[in-house]
Amino acid sequence: MKEGLRQSMAWLHTWVGLLFGWLLFAVFVTGTTAYFQDEITRWMQPEIAGERNLDASAEGALAYMKTHAQGAESWTIQLPNERSVAAMGYWKEKGETFRQWRDHAFMVDGQGRKVDARDTTGGWLLYRLHFDLHYVPVLWGRWAVGLAAMFMLVAIVSGVITHKKIFADFFTMRFGKGQRSWLDAHNLTAVLALPFHFMITYTGLVTLMSQYMPWGIPAAYEHPADYYRDHLGAGEPPKRSGIEAPMASLSDMIRQAREHWQGAEPGFIAIALPGDAHAVVKITQDTGAAMGTRGETLSFDAATGAMRRLPPVKGGASQTESVMVGLHAGRFAPLALRWLYFFSGVMGSAMVATGLVLWTAKRRQQLPDPLRPHVGFRLVEKLNIATISGLPCGIAVYFIANRLLPTGIPARVAWEAHWLFIGWGGVMLYVFLRPPRRAWVEALAIAATAFLAVPLVDAATTDRGMLRSLLAGDLVFVAFDACMLVTAAAFGWAAWTVHRRPAATRHATRRGKEAVA
Amino acid sequence: MFRDRSQPPKPTLRSASFAITSRALVALIGGYLSAALYTAAMARWLPIARVEAVMTGMLSSFAIYACVAIMAFAVGTAKRAWMWLAVICVPPAIALYLSIHGVGA
Repeated sequence: MKEGLRQSMAWLHTWVGLLFGWLLFAVFVTGTTAYFQDEITRWMQPEIAGERNLDASAEGALAYMKTHAQGAESWTIQLPNERSVAAMGYWKEKGETFRQWRDHAFMVDGQGRKVDARDTTGGWLLYRLHFDLHYVPVLWGRWAVGLAAMFMLVAIVSGVITHKKIFADFFTMRFGKGQRSWLDAHNLTAVLALPFHFMITYTGLVTLMSQYMPWGIPAAYEHPADYYRDHLGAGEPPKRSGIEAPMASLSDMIRQAREHWQGAEPGFIAIALPGDAHAVVKITQDTGAAMGTRGETLSFDAATGAMRRLPPVKGGASQTESVMVGLHAGRFAPLALRWLYFFSGVMGSAMVATGLVLWTAKRRQQLPDPLRPHVGFRLVEKLNIATISGLPCGIAVYFIANRLLPTGIPARVAWEAHWLFIGWGGVMLYVFLRPPRRAWVEALAIAATAFLAVPLVDAATTDRGMLRSLLAGDLVFVAFDACMLVTAAAFGWAAWTVHRRPAATRHATRRGKEAVA
Repeated sequence: MFRDRSQPPKPTLRSASFAITSRALVALIGGYLSAALYTAAMARWLPIARVEAVMTGMLSSFAIYACVAIMAFAVGTAKRAWMWLAVICVPPAIALYLSIHGVGA
């Protein structure tokens, strides 16, 4: 019975892994980049430089909206965190939905000046791809990713049950042995970062749990809005009085917030009904200031600058949720921990990739004729190549497009994103036209070339190339370009290894021919 | 129709794929259903603040879903998977019914 359980769990692990593997690879890769979302955005807006200054950029954004957005329903200022420079401001006119916020978005640097940076979604696009996908309605994307995450959890549990010698295999890596090596690599990346994989999958589901599992809300509340009010402590929105009233000093409200939080910085300022006597200023703590992601929000009377009421203290479950989401997003993580998050994400991507390759490596030897595999096998093999090399290649193309697309063209933001998918789709098309072994070598080489091109294009089109950034001591730009080079080297090494080591396939091919003969 | 893995007779391709589909339904639909039932029951019964009860139910729902999905493939036959699903779903269903219609009804 015990062997039976292990077998059925192995079967479950194999097929769940194959079914969701490609989507999970995309989720892992984009999620991993999202740990450096702010740095990527900085690289993608080379026009913005200097140091952050919260007070100056908050006042600068406020002044801009006072001139350009009188009478708007709300003004919002997203302050820079420790890892970024510019603040972003946007407003909402009466009758507009929050989806239209981008139409009124602008950037303010650390000196409070509005800067005209190129229009880009930056690292945010990759972050949103991680759970929204692209070209599909957001809700569908989230359901697809949620289902994949749910069965990722099932794959983790069944994978652990399948595993006989989980501790011994921890130290086992046999190179150059075909299927055995892929299994070792899959085990190594899975087991080494197992706590991370488990944590990241469960907390990922928690980030969107009110969409995935909302049934407790109608069970306990007559109006779902009441739940969200209790959950977020939002309170009633203010009503317009019609009487104009100038706003008290925003810097003073920020000072009060800092004092209340014992020095923790604000991250988000929302002003409801700006200019009205009933206007309310809400200041939320920077999400990076604590492990829990739902930082406290303080409310102020805009006209007097007085703090209104303290939000209620959160209960155990709410705090658990806040910390779980915080653990997932890692916004609290200082640099060393951030890199650990990043490498754990790379491990997760490698775990999914090696698992997918293992599926074909294991079956190739059992094929009646390895030269003519059945259509299912060929499809899996091609999709593996197209995803594992194609998506990273698409990301490199996205970065290149950021440098090469002219500023000011219509729908520039959309075109940057299109180029990610043109890059990925191009590799996919190419892969389906080539024999599998050549496809592996060439697709990996194309990805390597694309990543190599990123710092070169950067140096050719901006004055913030790697060398100049190094001389200027601008470590974010140096590190970004260095990451591109390391990724290029990794793909190049992979292409070279596949190119040089045809042994396994040749052997199998010979056996196949003998079988036919 | 359903065969125990521990019994040697080899299932035909058709009965095997029927059993797999049946188990997959238990995992996919049954897993979600049982998680939803427990979440809703917890939201109504847990003796803590309303928002906390809702939140506790949501937080634990994914563990319930995963356990049911594993169960669907771990038990000997597909029929047994359906029976276990029923056993798992009955307590929260009764709890929900009692809480909505009153314990005395």
